[in-house]
Amino acid sequence: MAENIEFFLNAKKISTNVHPAKTLLDFIRVDESLKGTKEGCREGDCGACTVLVGEINNDQLKYKSVNSCLYPIGNADGKHVVTIEGLNNERLTPIQEEFNNEGATQCGFCTPGFVNSLTGYVIEHKELNNIDAETSIAGNICRCTGYSSIKRTAENVVEKINSLNLESQSRIIALVERDILPKYFLEIEEKLKSFDIKPANKCISKSTIIGGGTDLFVQHADSLMNEDVSFAKNFGLNNIQVIDNECVVGASITIEEFKNSEIIKKHFPSLMKQLEMFASLPIRNSATIGGNLVNASPIGDSAIIFLALNAKLRICNNNNFRIINLNQFHKGYKTFDLYEDEIIEDIIFQLPTENEYFNFEKVSKRTYLDIASVNSALNISVTNRIINSAHLSAGGIAPIPLYLSETSNFLKGKGVSSETILDALNIVQSEISPISDIRGSAEYKRILLSQLLKAHFIKLFPELIDVEVLL
Amino acid sequence: MKNFDAVSHIKGKSIYIDDYPLPEGTLHAVVFDSKIAHGKIVNLSLEKAKVSKGVSAILTAKDIPSENQIGGIIEDETLLAEDEVHFIGEPIAIVLADSVTNARKAVKEIEIEFEELPIITNPREAFSKNSLIAPPVTFSSGNVSDAWNNCDTIIDGTIDSGGQEHLYLETQGAISIPIEGNKIKIISSTQSPTGVQRKAAKVLGVPMHQVEVDVLRLGGAFGGKEDQATVWGVLSALAAFILDKPIKLVLSREDDLRMTGKRHPYSSDYKMGLTKDGKILAYEVTFYQNAGAVADLSTAVLDRTLFHATNCYYIPNVKATGISCKTNLPPNTAFRGFGGPQGMFVIEAAIVKAASALGLQAYDIQRINLLKNNDLFYYGQKVENSQAISSWDSAVNLFNSKELIEKKNKFNKNNSLFKKGISFMPICFGISFTSSFLNQASALVHVYTDGSVGISTGAVEMGQGVNAKIATAASKIFSIDITKVKVESTNTTRAANTSPTAASSAADMNGNATILACKQILNRLIDFARTELNASEEDDIKIENEKVFINGEASNLIWSDLISKAYFGRISLSAQAYYRTPEIYFDRDINKGSPFAYHVYGTAISTVTLDVIRGTYKFDSVKIMHDFGKSLNRNIDIGQVEGALVQGIGWMTIEEIRHSANGKLLANTLSTYKVPDIYSIPKEIEVKFLENSENRFGPFNSKAIGEPPFMYGIGAYFAILDAMNSVRPNKEFEISAPLTPEKVLLALYS
Repeated sequence: MAENIEFFLNAKKISTNVHPAKTLLDFIRVDESLKGTKEGCREGDCGACTVLVGEINNDQLKYKSVNSCLYPIGNADGKHVVTIEGLNNERLTPIQEEFNNEGATQCGFCTPGFVNSLTGYVIEHKELNNIDAETSIAGNICRCTGYSSIKRTAENVVEKINSLNLESQSRIIALVERDILPKYFLEIEEKLKSFDIKPANKCISKSTIIGGGTDLFVQHADSLMNEDVSFAKNFGLNNIQVIDNECVVGASITIEEFKNSEIIKKHFPSLMKQLEMFASLPIRNSATIGGNLVNASPIGDSAIIFLALNAKLRICNNNNFRIINLNQFHKGYKTFDLYEDEIIEDIIFQLPTENEYFNFEKVSKRTYLDIASVNSALNISVTNRIINSAHLSAGGIAPIPLYLSETSNFLKGKGVSSETILDALNIVQSEISPISDIRGSAEYKRILLSQLLKAHFIKLFPELIDVEVLL
Repeated sequence: MKNFDAVSHIKGKSIYIDDYPLPEGTLHAVVFDSKIAHGKIVNLSLEKAKVSKGVSAILTAKDIPSENQIGGIIEDETLLAEDEVHFIGEPIAIVLADSVTNARKAVKEIEIEFEELPIITNPREAFSKNSLIAPPVTFSSGNVSDAWNNCDTIIDGTIDSGGQEHLYLETQGAISIPIEGNKIKIISSTQSPTGVQRKAAKVLGVPMHQVEVDVLRLGGAFGGKEDQATVWGVLSALAAFILDKPIKLVLSREDDLRMTGKRHPYSSDYKMGLTKDGKILAYEVTFYQNAGAVADLSTAVLDRTLFHATNCYYIPNVKATGISCKTNLPPNTAFRGFGGPQGMFVIEAAIVKAASALGLQAYDIQRINLLKNNDLFYYGQKVENSQAISSWDSAVNLFNSKELIEKKNKFNKNNSLFKKGISFMPICFGISFTSSFLNQASALVHVYTDGSVGISTGAVEMGQGVNAKIATAASKIFSIDITKVKVESTNTTRAANTSPTAASSAADMNGNATILACKQILNRLIDFARTELNASEEDDIKIENEKVFINGEASNLIWSDLISKAYFGRISLSAQAYYRTPEIYFDRDINKGSPFAYHVYGTAISTVTLDVIRGTYKFDSVKIMHDFGKSLNRNIDIGQVEGALVQGIGWMTIEEIRHSANGKLLANTLSTYKVPDIYSIPKEIEVKFLENSENRFGPFNSKAIGEPPFMYGIGAYFAILDAMNSVRPNKEFEISAPLTPEKVLLALYS
């Protein structure tokens, strides 16, 4: 079953028949004996194993950071994998130099991951800024420095690289010229283009389908090595487009692609920022929208967002397709309406009209790179202070990501006011059934959801709400 | 000079246990551990596991050639469980296979039956059932009982603080290699090379000289590898010894989180009496320490709690009692601060409550009770060179605390959705191991014929920069460029009978030993140069910047030539030196003495913004005035302060260790146990160096740095609490760390 996987690991061409579900981390460390990539947790929560993956996209070579511990080697097919060894020049690169200047390494175990993440940011962005530089390294945990020196490093790198005024048709060439990347990077694009492009093939077999693998590999990395697997990326479901005022999102679109798409930027500007609370950049770079929905976590962020957008799913098998509402998809804890021979093809939702407002709220123990205690989204249409329609969803308060239909119905036709909110709180409490778990006690989750409902309105209609009544 | 290995870290070339090239035939070990918290092993069947693919052997307690005992302070800890298990994660067997994957598969084939016994997870319950690690210990001064009568206000309460996972990025591990002549070499990720050596020798039944322990570096430790690296080092040595094969044992994160102990959770009762103007007259406190199933370092940790029960305040009447309670949790252990933070948290909470009772501000009470020179600590030590008031006043002035408070008050008046809070956190932390005998160190210095220098000491580099400090000390003594100095791995054949790298003291003690050894060689070199230069006894010979000077004038003799000539002149270019911290003692019969060489002081001012609707918070700033003495390396020392602060904030806010009723760790992965990420840290962290602080005990007047700044993080709790008080001015909140967003929201709204 193992087909040949070809890719570049740093400057070296790899052609291998290892099981495609082998993690990139194990391949790098064990098969290739490159020890600069560290194993810290094997669940994408520490970033010590961060590597860069470059691929040709719309005829352009693009790099992104991923957690190699959760990245199946099958997903690396045709790509360029860069480890710290593949970034090293003879001397420290200007990026590495800043880590040294600031003393931004203590025990050193997390450092290669940080260097990779930050270098990935520098490669991909022509104009650097401190906020995005910080985001690029926010999936990396350091237990020694307290991050201050690392933040200073990132800020120095931003200033330094921006001041170079790199003007070149190719950023890669410019970066190589400044010794920020090693020379072999110049040849990668051509080399990747020389790989045979495997055509998209939406043939669904009974194998396990892997999207980004970012949840699958946390739990099942070992057992996947004994299974027949296929990769969602080969299905060709990686478009996001508007058709007749509906947004159609291919299931293989990654969270980061979705977040940065022009459609989201234009129609849901606040969502872009809020989606930064979805895991970390390396996870968002791998995790797919479809994967997040079939993972079926009762607390999955994307399900909550799409429920409030009243999204539909286009589900297909090799012969047919059907369309169902997302709020009918999840049936019980980790169960959903999808036959063995089916996949989610697209997620479809209406673009907002002029009077529609959207808000997403998430509270977790740690604000970023954490799973919510409770998350909630509200999509609401209001004219002259009267609610035309409302779609409210919440996670962490039921066995499934929940569309709160009673509260949504209640809100319809009401005026936007503190009184309406207080009444809605009673209703919302009647349709949830939270349990106590590691994300919080049932009591906490009940209170928190009420608070998030208040937060939706305070954020969307600050001038219409008497806040004092809600405190 | 940065961290000694900074460049190699940044290039990903530094190696950790998991990165060593392995000798041929190395077997991989995975540990089979108890799945229940307390019970008898009724049946252990290895048959299926032994025939699992790739398995070479499975070892249990029965295979131990000598003593099955690795307890450090108290001998109560088996290497492998015999008939009974006492916590989830207790090692029962070790599987050796040709790969980690195969070893892991075989572990799942091991069959075991237990007869479950009752379990205890709560220290107060343990105390009530007399389940103790050691008898209670009391430190006292004055007479608390009499003093209550003189107080205008007496407050009391109960306070809890939680555990904390070390989360060193490099998990525990060791590689053991059999060497001819029945010897074992252990490459270990340990803070205590001698501890590993001693226990391995004991378990294997060989003299200590048959066991060599080598430590290149640790990928973080924070106390978690002081005592708890030993079990993995010794397990791998046991397998190497019995099978005559190299053995690699590196814990997966999951195994590490489950099997190893954490910072000790405490539950404490306090009573505090004050005059109406806030002078603290009496303080009585009882600490119930959750030690876990075996002693580990718990009694020593508890000692330090008792030594720091009053933080930096002078209180004439003190009674502090510590009870180390035995529970069915993995043995809790050393963690940065070593019990000090748990003690200081209680008195800070007591002061906040007293302030509210007296209608004062907490900072008013804090300020007027700060330690002054010649005050006596309640354990008998005289306060010398106190920087408590100077660091407080400098912080208040430099950071303009008045303005910070006014800004906060104004903000809170004008905002209801967000509230700001502020706290002041002064610290006083004693430097020296509280077990006085551990305050010794040695250094072996070689100058090679080309003038380069190699140094071996007992200090272990774990990111704290001790190697850079030792190298700095040597380069200063010889007056040579620091690039000429290399600090070698920590190895028991080059530095024997070492104390653990702990108690913030490694740079002090090993640095001082290095200075002594370098001076021996330097003196020989000066004498030799005198002869070489035909100078007389009266002439002043010095080496400066690698040149020899006579009476202030440069000679033609440079360092490398001097060394080469000295070698041919048959001058010894090596020296070994020994250092012990002077003047310290402690009488355990009366719990009085002068246990610390000196104290480290400082003050942090923390401000926070609380999101009243969501119960979340974000720290605006932490401004710190810290007493570094004369810092030996500012870059490293600031890194230690920043790192410790954030770790302390983590302990007080989001790092939550909880166990189920049956003793299972609940947050047992990194997706559930959350340490601070880059977004969790204060928007602004400002660290200032306190001026005019000297320290005759530290190398070149420096002060120890590792642990003290951790306790600035305690201020995080009280800043949030201050903001909560602005939301609900008339509510008294339960004090229980960590103050997670969950606890905040429940406190405000339930």
